Parts: sequence; C-alpha cells; structure tokens
Amino acid sequence: MMADLHPLRAFAKSQPLGAAALAFLVLFLLLAIFAERIAPYDPLEVDFAAMLSAPTREHWFGTDAFGRDIFSRLIYGARTALGIGILASGIGCSLGSIIGVASAYFGGRVDLIVQRLVDMMLAFPIVVLALVVAASLGRMPVLGIDLNLVVAIAIPIVPKVARVVRSAALGVRAMAYIDAARTAGFSDSRIVMRHMIPNVMGPVLVLATAYVAQAILLESALSFLGLGVTEPTPAWGLMLAGNATDFYREAPWVVIFPGLAVTLVVLAFNTLGDALRDYLDPKLET
Amino acid sequence: MLGFLARRLLLAIPTLLGVAVITFLILRVLPGDIVEVKLRADGGTVTQEMVQNERVRLGLDKPVVSQFADWMRGLATFDLGNSMWTGRPVTQEIGIRLALSAQLAVMATIVALLLAVPLGTLSALARGTWIDGAIRLFTVAGLAVPSFWLGMLIIMGLLAFNAMPPLVFKPFFDDPWSNLRQLFWPALAIGYRYAAVVARMIRSSIIDVMGEDFIRTARAKGLPERVVVGRHGLRNAMLPSITVIGLEFAFLFGGLAVTEQVFNLNGIGKLFVQAVTQRDFVLIQTIVMMSATIFVIMNLIVDLLYAALDPRLRVR
Repeated sequence: MMADLHPLRAFAKSQPLGAAALAFLVLFLLLAIFAERIAPYDPLEVDFAAMLSAPTREHWFGTDAFGRDIFSRLIYGARTALGIGILASGIGCSLGSIIGVASAYFGGRVDLIVQRLVDMMLAFPIVVLALVVAASLGRMPVLGIDLNLVVAIAIPIVPKVARVVRSAALGVRAMAYIDAARTAGFSDSRIVMRHMIPNVMGPVLVLATAYVAQAILLESALSFLGLGVTEPTPAWGLMLAGNATDFYREAPWVVIFPGLAVTLVVLAFNTLGDALRDYLDPKLET
Repeated sequence: MLGFLARRLLLAIPTLLGVAVITFLILRVLPGDIVEVKLRADGGTVTQEMVQNERVRLGLDKPVVSQFADWMRGLATFDLGNSMWTGRPVTQEIGIRLALSAQLAVMATIVALLLAVPLGTLSALARGTWIDGAIRLFTVAGLAVPSFWLGMLIIMGLLAFNAMPPLVFKPFFDDPWSNLRQLFWPALAIGYRYAAVVARMIRSSIIDVMGEDFIRTARAKGLPERVVVGRHGLRNAMLPSITVIGLEFAFLFGGLAVTEQVFNLNGIGKLFVQAVTQRDFVLIQTIVMMSATIFVIMNLIVDLLYAALDPRLRVR
C-alpha cells in the first residue's frame, strides 16, 4: 500500500503535522530565494519621513527607527537565517558524521582518542564556543553570507553529531555486509563512505533538521550580541539588537515581528525533525 | 564509593586540560589582538612603538608555548592573572559578578523544575488527550523561543502593566524582596527553555517506564494506581531526567550571556560577552575554564546521583 505512494505523500499521510511544517518552511525558502521580487521595499532604504511607523497598509509590519520597512527586512532576513542555518547544520552534520563513523569503524585507539576529543568539545556551552570562534575568526563574506560565522556555528554541532552517529555506526559495523566488504578487499575509505555512511543517513537526516533550528537560534543570539551578522545585512537577531529596546512602549512591532519569525521557523524545523524521526523509525514513536 | 569518586576526579583532569588547550589555541588564532583594539579605543595616533610596549607589558610578545605554560602555572596556583582591559585581577572582576549570575542560574533551575516535573508527568499520564497536546505545544514552543526575545516580551509586558521590577541590583541578603522581584523575570526567560527540555525528557521516560513489566506486575498485584505511578513509575523515570537536568544546568551559562544583556544585569554572562568583544584573552580563558569546570562537576554530580539512586551501578 505505502510503497506505491509518492514518498512525500506517504510522509504527509503518516505525519500531517510534519508535512505542514515542511510546507511552511518551503514557503519561507521561497521568500528567501525570491526576496527581491517579493519584498515591497528595499530593506536598506532609510525613510526618515516614516520613522517608527505603526503597521499600516503601506508598511504591513511597520518601520524601524530608520524608517526601514520591517516586512521587507524580515523577508531578506529569512535569506540570512536559512542560508546560515542550513549551511552550518550541513557542514556540522557532515563533519560530525564522518568523524563518528570513522571512530566507530576503526575502533580501538582511534575511537578512544576521538571520543576524548569529543568529550572536551562537549564541555563547552555552545554559545560560549560559538562566541569565541566567531570573534576570533573575523569576517569572510561570500555571496552575502559570512562563512566564518557559519563555521563558528557549525563547530559546536560537530561533536554532538559525532557522538550520536558513532553509536548508530557501531550497530552498522556489526553487520555481516561490512565484514563481507572487508573480506572482498575494499579499502577503509570506500567501506566508510559507501557502506557505513549511507546506512546511518536516517538518524543524520533527523539530526540535520533539528540542528538547522539550533543554528538559526544560535545565529540570532550571536547577531543580537553584536558578534554575528553585522549591519547593514538584514538579520532577525540583529533587528532586535542595539536600540530596538528603546522602543518597547512606542513601537512594539520593532521587537515582536523579528522574534516571531525566529520562533516560527525554529518551531517548524523542530516539528519537521520530530516527524522525520517518527516516520523513519516508527519504533521510537513518542 | 570513594574509589569511584577518586577515579572520576582523575578522569576530569585530562578533559579540563584539553579544554584549556583548545581555548588557548582558538584565542591565539585571533587576528586582531587586544592591544590594537584597546589603543584605538583610547583615541589619538597609535605608533608601532606603543603597540610593542603594550604587548610586552601584557606578555603577548612571548612565544605561545611559554604563554601557555604561564597560564597553566597560574591555574595550578590559583593566580589567574589580570584583565587585559581593566588591569584588575580577573578573580576580582568575576567575584563581584558571581553572586548575581549564580543566583540567576539557581532561580532559573527552580523555575524550570517547578514547571517541568508536573507538566512532564501530567503530559505522560494524560498521553493522547488534549491536555497532553497543550503541554506538548507549550514545551515545543519553549525550544523555539529565543530567550533574549522572551526576555524582551516580558519587559514589554511589565511596562504595559506598569510593573517594572527594580532596576538596581540588591544582593539577596540586603533586600530579599527587591532582589527576587528583579531576578524572577530573567530567571523565567532562561528557565522556560530549560523547563521545556526537561519536561520532554520526563514525559518520554515516564512513557517508557510505564510500559515495563514491573509496572504490569505492580498493577497485577493490586497496588493502587497512585502507588504504581508514584513509587514505581516516577522514581524510575527520574534517572534519565537527572542527566538532562544536570547537563542543561551546566549549559545555563549560554542563556545567561544573552539574558543578562536584555535585562541589563551586570553578571558573568555580560562580562563574558564584553570580554569577547574586547578580545580580553585572560578574562575569556578564565570564564571558559570556569564554565567547563562547572560542566565537569555537574557530570560528576549526575554520576554520583545515579550511583546513589540505582544500586546496580554501584557495583562497578
């Protein structure tokens, strides 16, 4: 029955909430990609005639202290958040998976050393690690995204993924087909890349989705603290930094909408991650 | 028990040493060092000679290895050095802010546990009902809301109701009422996420435990449901939750860094962000070591609690 359904349809059928989250995220992705077409204003355009305008028909979500249109800034901010979030999670999860699988595959001393290193990395609170790395790397913008910031956010993800993937990979390593591959004389790198990694992709996919959420939260926190995305790039966390707090009373929309955007996108990624986990491994149903 | 404790303490040393090395290495890749940032902040022209003198004064001209050795020697003798920015001993800089941050962390934990234990339990026992649904929504949202934004919303709410808490920090023993009124709100902003993480863990471990054979046995021998849940269910479900509670406590520091900024509280979190912005190596490395030490200690406490609560683990 399930087999002849399109995989997406099968997913939507068993995980309606997850499918809704996916649809919501696709919408945000489209907003991010086509920001130029969709945003009614230039996100950097300063308009002193419309400073701190309340939400109106011209400015749906109002304007900030420089008269910049908040709706447009949110749309461009989606590009920053999703770009950095997906990239950081992708890098962190790929590196973490390779390290975790290799650690499980080689075992013995390699495993021991790698796991001690992972222990050390895990002793840093993620915000602390990301802050120190972000500050020490400086900036390296590529196509509007600060690659060093991506690295700073990806690094704390690596040990966490490595830990989980290692335990999944230990199970795979005990499988007969790995022994068969080794008997057939395949090289270690071939066995790791072709036989072990594809078989731990399920949990990695779930982790990667959840870590996009983490990465977006972390990016917004770093930008809020002034050590992430910097002006004039529109970013949700940055929109809440600096003088946003001066307008609590006069212009609550300056504070409300960017935070809402972060919350909704993170919520959607978390929901999607949970749904993927339940879908890929019905045994773990919560 | 003592042997177990001693072994765990010994194992902590290489981890902390590793953290020290990693921190030190990350900090030394820093392209712009404090000297330039600091001299620019003072204004006026900066000559090469001034930069050089300042570097010598701060010991930044020495080879990296000997700088590291100096730091390690300092750590061993509890001489942690002076802030590169203010010149005051880092222990003093941290000391005057420690009470506030520690109190905030403890209050956030209390808030989190007061929310998480009843919510997680209720959610598990009412599994599948609308109560479960509502609680799960509340916890899922807790994982998604940035704590600094939650803090801002709280301040906006307080302003709207004209209920602004005191703005000046008073130590708990000087004026407990003013102190609690001020710190309750940031503790709530930090504690919400913490509560969400713990409540989810409690829910899923209770569901796991309630499916065990010994629960069926307890029911079969006619124990009242209250005893089945209370004595057999909850107590066994607390074990995995303790790990999460302990580790999340160790990581509260991240929440402090952001939330102290929002509520303008002069604590360790704010000090850390300032140190990172100003590239104050000595202060950064001390605070990082402090948070890693807290992590290691929390891990140890979790293990000890496990051993105390689960006799099976005491044998090893």
